Amino acid sequence: MAKKRANVNKNICVACGVCRLECPREAIKIHQGCYALVNEEICVGCGLCQKACPANAIEIKERI
Amino acid sequence: MANKKQKHWYSYLWIWSIIYFALGFFNILFAWLGMIDFILPLVFAIVGGNKWFCNNMCGRGQLFWVLGRNVGCSRRKPAPRWLASKWFRYGFLAFFLTMFGTMIFQTYLVFSGANELRKVVKLFWTFKVPWQWAYSGSIFPDWVAQFSFGFYSLMLTSTLIGLIVMLLYKERTWCTFCPMGTMTQGICKLKSHDK
Repeated sequence: MAKKRANVNKNICVACGVCRLECPREAIKIHQGCYALVNEEICVGCGLCQKACPANAIEIKERI
Repeated sequence: MANKKQKHWYSYLWIWSIIYFALGFFNILFAWLGMIDFILPLVFAIVGGNKWFCNNMCGRGQLFWVLGRNVGCSRRKPAPRWLASKWFRYGFLAFFLTMFGTMIFQTYLVFSGANELRKVVKLFWTFKVPWQWAYSGSIFPDWVAQFSFGFYSLMLTSTLIGLIVMLLYKERTWCTFCPMGTMTQGICKLKSHDK
């Protein structure tokens, strides 16, 4: 498993779906139109979603 | 967007955004077609409880992406955090709805005969741009055209704001405070009881 993963701040996320379109692993879905949800099993922490997120709602974190 | 992803017909709706403004340049009555962009996201949110329109079908968002990423017109810098804050998003929504209400009232004034049709497009709710070539009478009453001028102004202004923030910040920075996006996300949150 990758060392890093994307973490979405649900309070900031605007659910625009840009991260979902950017994700090369299709690890992100928009949960009921409220926020982006990352499948941590699939996420490789590449950071493409973080770079694209217009709301700055995504952080790349080390897996614990 | 990730180029290996499968493209659908709705992946090309950015072309529709350009066509929309081009049509309104020649005949303002085409502005009414923009109501699709107002009604569809609400239908998706109210009926489906999702933001499928924003996520897949928003021609304006796609246009910002095409110009910002594919053409390379965006600085791709993080926007200030307050742009995506709740107070700004809901404040902008309130402002936008107030302006929409004003536009409806202007339409009513023409409908009631109190005002005459003004063939201008108002940019940024301030600057009046002559647009008389786009309307020289039709089978419809004047209030239909007045609504068109008002609605086209709203659509053009919001697109210009979106283009400015696209240039300055990330491609789809407009999405963070888009009134339709804020409204549909609010509806979705109410529906899913997820605050």
